[in-house]
Amino acid sequence: MADASAFPYGLRVLVVDDDPTWLKILEKMLRKCSYEVTTCGLARVALDILRERRNKFDIVISDVNMPDMDGFKLLEHIGLEMDLPVIMMSIDGETSRVMKGVQHGACDYLLKPVRMKELRNIWQHVYRKKMHEVKEIEDHDSCDDLQMLRYGFEGFDEKGLFMTVDSDTTRKRKDADKDHADQDSDGAAAKKARVVWSVDLHQKFVNAVNQIGFDKVGPKKILDLMNVPGLTRENVASHLQKYRLYLGRLQKQNEERILGAARQDFSNKGPSENLNLRSSFQEQPSNISSGYPHPSQKIQGQNSVLDSQLEDTKRTVPLPVPDKSLNSVGSVAASHNVAGVSPLGGVLSFKGLPVNQDRKPSETMNLGCPAWNGGVPSKQFMQYPKHNHARCDLLGDYACLPKPDLEHPIAPGHLFTPPPLISMSCSMELDARNFSDVKPGLLDCLKSLSPALTCTVDSVSTQLSDSVVTSADADRKFSSVEGLPSTNFDQTSNQGALVRSQEPSIICSADFSSLTEDLPGYPLQSVSFENIGLGGIDLFHYNDAMILSGLQSNWYDDQDQFAGDTIDYPLMDGCLFA
Amino acid sequence: MDYSTLRRQITFMKKSFFDQGYLDEQFNQLEELQDESSPNFVEEVVALFLKDSPRLLTNIEHTIGKYPQDFHRLDSLVHQLKGSGSSIGAVRMKNECSVFKAHCNDKNLEGCRRSLQRMKREHATLKQKLESYFQLLRQVAPREHAVNSRK
Repeated sequence: MADASAFPYGLRVLVVDDDPTWLKILEKMLRKCSYEVTTCGLARVALDILRERRNKFDIVISDVNMPDMDGFKLLEHIGLEMDLPVIMMSIDGETSRVMKGVQHGACDYLLKPVRMKELRNIWQHVYRKKMHEVKEIEDHDSCDDLQMLRYGFEGFDEKGLFMTVDSDTTRKRKDADKDHADQDSDGAAAKKARVVWSVDLHQKFVNAVNQIGFDKVGPKKILDLMNVPGLTRENVASHLQKYRLYLGRLQKQNEERILGAARQDFSNKGPSENLNLRSSFQEQPSNISSGYPHPSQKIQGQNSVLDSQLEDTKRTVPLPVPDKSLNSVGSVAASHNVAGVSPLGGVLSFKGLPVNQDRKPSETMNLGCPAWNGGVPSKQFMQYPKHNHARCDLLGDYACLPKPDLEHPIAPGHLFTPPPLISMSCSMELDARNFSDVKPGLLDCLKSLSPALTCTVDSVSTQLSDSVVTSADADRKFSSVEGLPSTNFDQTSNQGALVRSQEPSIICSADFSSLTEDLPGYPLQSVSFENIGLGGIDLFHYNDAMILSGLQSNWYDDQDQFAGDTIDYPLMDGCLFA
Repeated sequence: MDYSTLRRQITFMKKSFFDQGYLDEQFNQLEELQDESSPNFVEEVVALFLKDSPRLLTNIEHTIGKYPQDFHRLDSLVHQLKGSGSSIGAVRMKNECSVFKAHCNDKNLEGCRRSLQRMKREHATLKQKLESYFQLLRQVAPREHAVNSRK
């Protein structure tokens, strides 16, 4: 990318600005830079678009002041969920505002009126980010690759045997931790050491953690217990780190709630249960240290301890411990929330839906973990559809295991089926509108969260990066994904699932491409796609095509971040593990 | 009026916009964006602005009436208008917006009201000028699509 000939033509930009004039101008300028432009007049619609077409954009440019959502908030969401570079724009160049932008994660802050030459350079941010990701992967992948390869190939014949013989029963019958034979066969695709933390894999992880005891947990122990071939210590270590962050965040959220409740009713069992979380939080105030209460076992233990403390509190002068824990944790929690990203704000602001215990993985996993910071794993986690059952077969039937206890302290609103589904279905009701029509109705911005709006705007910009329908017709929105027939918006929910599970299918086939090609009898394929029930075979073929066409590399690029093991990695959102 | 006279008139008019401070460099930028694929780009953008800005003005007026003490909200609306004005290089409007915002900052309702009135006048003037300008342009359009007297 150093010379002019390597200029990133076709860089896919999403522009978000409530001002129609600016939107038109920016679009024109970006087009002149030979970028691919999609425009959007509403922040919420922009988020929908990004969620819907997760990997179809390279960079987002957004105005700071928008009526339906603060630009900084949008910035946060994008960073959390999609981890795309975001450039902010404003007519206001006040240092404090610019600072705020940077704090929220903007990779640049442009002043209006924006000039062509500034837009011409935005590709740097994309490139820089990719370089950063690649470097992270390289740091971790080197030796893992070889191991994976070995596992992959060695287990080959065995796999073949298992497949043709009664593989279903073989897989389902026992705890995969003990069954080495089974495990050998489910090694991740021999291609690259990209560990995809499926629900089931994570389940194993959590079980291992539970078994060991959260305090004593360590990557090696977990790895041994999980006994998943191809999984490396590094994979587990980074996952553990994220897990801890996630738990930490859950705790904070809980504390937020409890601080309110507990102050009112100190003797309540309810708050006390959470109080014990708090006190343990207080004991380990640092971010990523061991000692977060282990979800299942420890809490019960601590519960009783604190209960007695509470009892004392009631009777006598409040014990310093609980009080201190209240205050310090409160302040810690507060400070934690103040500093940097405030995922809570992001989460709570969302149209959260209650946790779906019998979650259809395709829905929950795919969308809306807005508080997903950094967005790295989100892509992968989010795109695990029912296809996970397939994995389940390999690793032993973990699908029937109770979900991790992580849920218990979690605010229900925190775990949700994706809001965009809702908003999309709401917007279904709207007719196609002209952009100008919608504008006056900004006060009804929720209603105008219409794909039609986007569609209409898109019709101004004649090109779209993929086969998204550009008509102003409300019926056909960016629901169409490459290779899939575009369906009417009336079938949004189906479509939503279709769109979402399509991507998981990509993962599925990406992971198992080698397997499926070589093991025709492999039941995984049929299991997973039957579960999806969306013409899975078609999806699979589609994915094959994608892989063959090399689009997979794009996919991997986006996933690259996962293998990285940085501290920046976000807290895991409850929805992942619901 | 013959073609060359028209052209001269257009050039003169445009120059006056700049000299009198109605428009700034941004307007030139818009003209540079105009090309074969969008031969009427500038006119379209201006039209869009003229169509959208009344809405913003109405919002401001409405807010002053309904929430006279909500200067934060008012400031936000004026900010929008300012941004919008900057898109075509409407300098006078932009400046008036800055004054308006200062009044909001000082919680000076009367100042805000005055600003609004001035803003409306500026807007009306600009609208009339630009519309005349493009009307002239259209008269020479068949021969030239991009009027860029700077070249």
